Amino acid sequence: MPTMTLEARGLRVEVGPSHARRDVVRDVSVLLYPGEITALVGETGSGKTMTALSLLRLLPPGAEGSSKTLRLGDIDLAALSESEMGRIRGSRISMIFQDPLAALNPVRTVGFQIAEPLIAHRRMNGRDATQRAAELLAQVGIPNPAYNVKRYPHELSGGMRQRVLIAAALACDPDILIADEPTTALDVTIQAQILRLIRAETARRGLAVLLVTHDLAVASTIADRIQVMYGGTIVERGKTREVLGAPNHPYTKGLLDSVPTVRRKLTPLQAIPGSPEGVAAIERGCRFAPRCPYAIERCVREEPPLAEVSPGHESRCWVFAPPKERS
Amino acid sequence: MSAVLRVHGLTVDYPIRSGMLGSRKHRAVTNVDLSIDAGQTVALVGESGSGKTSVARAIVGLAPISAGSIELGGETLVRNGSARLRQVRRTVQMVFQQPGGSLDPRMSVADTLEEPLHYLMHLPRHAIRVRVSELLALVGLGEQHRTRRPRELSGGQRQRVAIARAIAISPSLVICDEPTSSLDVSVQAQIINLLARLQQELHLAYLFISHDLGVVRQIADVTAVMHLGEIVETGPTDRVLDSPVHDYTRALLSAVPAIDRVAPTTTETAKSISAGE
Repeated sequence: MPTMTLEARGLRVEVGPSHARRDVVRDVSVLLYPGEITALVGETGSGKTMTALSLLRLLPPGAEGSSKTLRLGDIDLAALSESEMGRIRGSRISMIFQDPLAALNPVRTVGFQIAEPLIAHRRMNGRDATQRAAELLAQVGIPNPAYNVKRYPHELSGGMRQRVLIAAALACDPDILIADEPTTALDVTIQAQILRLIRAETARRGLAVLLVTHDLAVASTIADRIQVMYGGTIVERGKTREVLGAPNHPYTKGLLDSVPTVRRKLTPLQAIPGSPEGVAAIERGCRFAPRCPYAIERCVREEPPLAEVSPGHESRCWVFAPPKERS
Repeated sequence: MSAVLRVHGLTVDYPIRSGMLGSRKHRAVTNVDLSIDAGQTVALVGESGSGKTSVARAIVGLAPISAGSIELGGETLVRNGSARLRQVRRTVQMVFQQPGGSLDPRMSVADTLEEPLHYLMHLPRHAIRVRVSELLALVGLGEQHRTRRPRELSGGQRQRVAIARAIAISPSLVICDEPTSSLDVSVQAQIINLLARLQQELHLAYLFISHDLGVVRQIADVTAVMHLGEIVETGPTDRVLDSPVHDYTRALLSAVPAIDRVAPTTTETAKSISAGE
């Protein structure tokens, strides 16, 4: 196995006033390897975006993160000062967002916005940085880069804007790319292009990518590994083929059965009863238990640990993945 | 069979303000024909800007019609005068993508459902009360939801309220504009199943607008594919999705990501999107 680029263990994020503090992320680990895409899959309130932001130490005000381990190569990210962390963001760890129009500055050319991290982190002069910006635009598949580098975000299509964000994120040649729902706002034909681009750049640059998505099909298409989150914690993780081909956790199974597929009609769809939105109110036990058809009494009392179901494939379930008793 | 809705040669132009030299027009929909029978679901699919929402809006009088005719239950609506609009609202109802945005945040669920019963059906008070209970039960909500406001409901529950409001006056056609695309997948399946059940019980016709071909496979009898304002292909859903004729339909279908659920013990299959394009 290649050396790990990013190692985060025991991630925890708490929100709310001091008298009513609650965890929105509990005991989550994220391990990223070069040249690999790991998908963090979850629905509303699963904690997937909070997990991603806590890796960058970019949690919103009111949210407090902690971790047992948070390392980028040899660097202990948790021990860095805020300004040291600022030098890591955008240079060694980059992020792209769901809505490229909101992430881009409307009054600056795209060339400026790609050049900005190069000037800030690499101390390039403006002319070299702009030159480099045009090269990056070409790499992410934007035609006529010398012309497009001078255009403004509103002059570009949604797909081109996302390419611009990817170019800016890759400008300083980062080790880690965090992509939060990068294709959710795009049409399917454009989505396919952007996913192909992310896959290609991951291989070419040996990037370690964390893809945050609600879409199992997107994860299935490009991820090497999948971590399924529910109610603030990981309920199942493993190689993509293991998790989707031989799902263990009732939530993963339910999710897979409830996705309509274009290939054939399933009548009726196997819906999971209830809604993921109320999950934050549950304070103990397996957070999925109230919606789970297999729940036993222990599920409501006690949260199960992640237990191995096959090599490298773990699930958090008393019924289907009972932990091996220690002798 | 009698068509609930017949659209012929529909063309929609939006005016563009362009200074002193008069107005230009942007053509959003060109020469669209559509027909929906009672109890049938017709899906309009396409990407953003394809004109699918403009078709829906034109049918309910929310978009300007430059040419073409719209027939509802055998009656032609050439121009949408005010009297006509009222009639449209008694036959056609809409369910929108964002139930958070289409429900009044200050109104309780009961208020929301009572409004069309009062203004469009002129039902007496006690009949309204009975009908609201009936509607809540139909969409899988309970009496305890009567007094709730939208913010006290989950996304799926809000969409159930929006659906209850749409069917309150027993319309013959419900236009669903991306009704599940703002919902979580596990909840989306509940809403799709609900729409299918209501259709059977109430013999509703749906015009179902979606960009999600998986959802369309699940719910539509007939699928019409829109591209740049025109319908490029139309036919029974299974035919259109299994053996598409038009190049654009093929391109759209090949771009849809699929979940590879092959168990890991079988032979390794190549990833559908491989590294290096």
